[in-house]
Amino acid sequence: MKSHIWRPLYAVIGIVAIILIVRVFIVPESFGVHEKGYMYGWYNKSDENYWKEFKVKYRSSGYCKDCHSDNYSSIMQTPHAIIQCENCHGPAIDHPENPAKLDINRSREQCLRCHSYLPYMQSDRSKIRGIDPDKHNPGIECVNCHNPHKPSLESLK
Amino acid sequence: MITRRDFIKYSLQGIAAIAVPLTAIEIINPSRLFASKDTKKVRWGFLVDTQKCVGCGLCVRACKLENETPYDANVSRTWVERYVLTKDGKVFADSPKAARDGFITDKIELGHGKLEEIKKDDIEKAFFVPKLCNQCENPPCVQVCPVGATYQTDDGVVLVDRKWCIGCGYCIMACPYGVRFFHPAYGTAEKCNFCYHRIKKGMKTACVEACPFGARMIGNINDPADEVGKIIRIERVSVLKDEFGTKPQVYYRGLSKEVR
Repeated sequence: MKSHIWRPLYAVIGIVAIILIVRVFIVPESFGVHEKGYMYGWYNKSDENYWKEFKVKYRSSGYCKDCHSDNYSSIMQTPHAIIQCENCHGPAIDHPENPAKLDINRSREQCLRCHSYLPYMQSDRSKIRGIDPDKHNPGIECVNCHNPHKPSLESLK
Repeated sequence: MITRRDFIKYSLQGIAAIAVPLTAIEIINPSRLFASKDTKKVRWGFLVDTQKCVGCGLCVRACKLENETPYDANVSRTWVERYVLTKDGKVFADSPKAARDGFITDKIELGHGKLEEIKKDDIEKAFFVPKLCNQCENPPCVQVCPVGATYQTDDGVVLVDRKWCIGCGYCIMACPYGVRFFHPAYGTAEKCNFCYHRIKKGMKTACVEACPFGARMIGNINDPADEVGKIIRIERVSVLKDEFGTKPQVYYRGLSKEVR
């Protein structure tokens, strides 16, 4: 055959060869078809470790109860026992090393998440004792009068 | 020259060859056949009780902090929707800031800063619906990924490879549930992954842990003793957009037809 056919063909073969060589170095060995087959399981298997080793921040109330046993046991006597410590005190992460002190959310908005009354009968929201935030002491922090660890109205400060 | 006899013979052979289904010539892989019968395999499933959800949004807050989703960006791996159906047949739905700060007012957000106040007496039904990735058995988002950057693990969770994702956004378009978005910091596709780092350590997901009311549950639905699996088998549960054939694995109690 004439060289004007062969020359571009050599160029194409060369480019394909370069791509294949580069691919060997770029694509990790764990990349390929795995358990779920080609359609759903074509991926880099080692990436699963990235997600398995992701940092846990919320440690749950069980992590708090040994050191803060007095606060833990007192809140357990109240209806607020169902609320995890970290929902108001923030994620523990590696407390007490990091962070040494947790930033407590004492805002009015935090209480209103549940205690702003909404008349939604198909939700248990309507069963929670609530207030109208526009009428019930607007602008004042709830914790000035109410103690979230002793929420009953009888123990108002 | 082809004879008439040969012509008819070859035609019939050709038709017979075309008629053989593709599955008949697939080579059977014994190990895969065995695995498909294995009921001991872990399969993560999720259960949402819409009656128990009060719209406090503590789950959304916990999810954002646990999974390092930028707190003030208007994206979230999970969110809570509020549905208010009025007596004259209108449906209102909103999810301000993905319900990160809960629902503390009865005014419904209509978008562009407009609010709609619905009187208590006009409400026919009103409830909250938490949403998250359905970890579909047939995930369309995985199917469309051109580079193999999103995948389904052995235990049914769909993950995104941040190093491999090219940010084309096909998966974001393919998800019928709209659970995917671009991570503002990484520029790669992002989604709920059932807190894979937590469930693999035997913990519950951050949202399940944060919910004070037990509206969210997670479990291995292949385990006969698992509570979520038991409820799915015995009780009346439904899934979102069943007609898409994605086989979602997030089950709901108390769904209404207005929920999309």
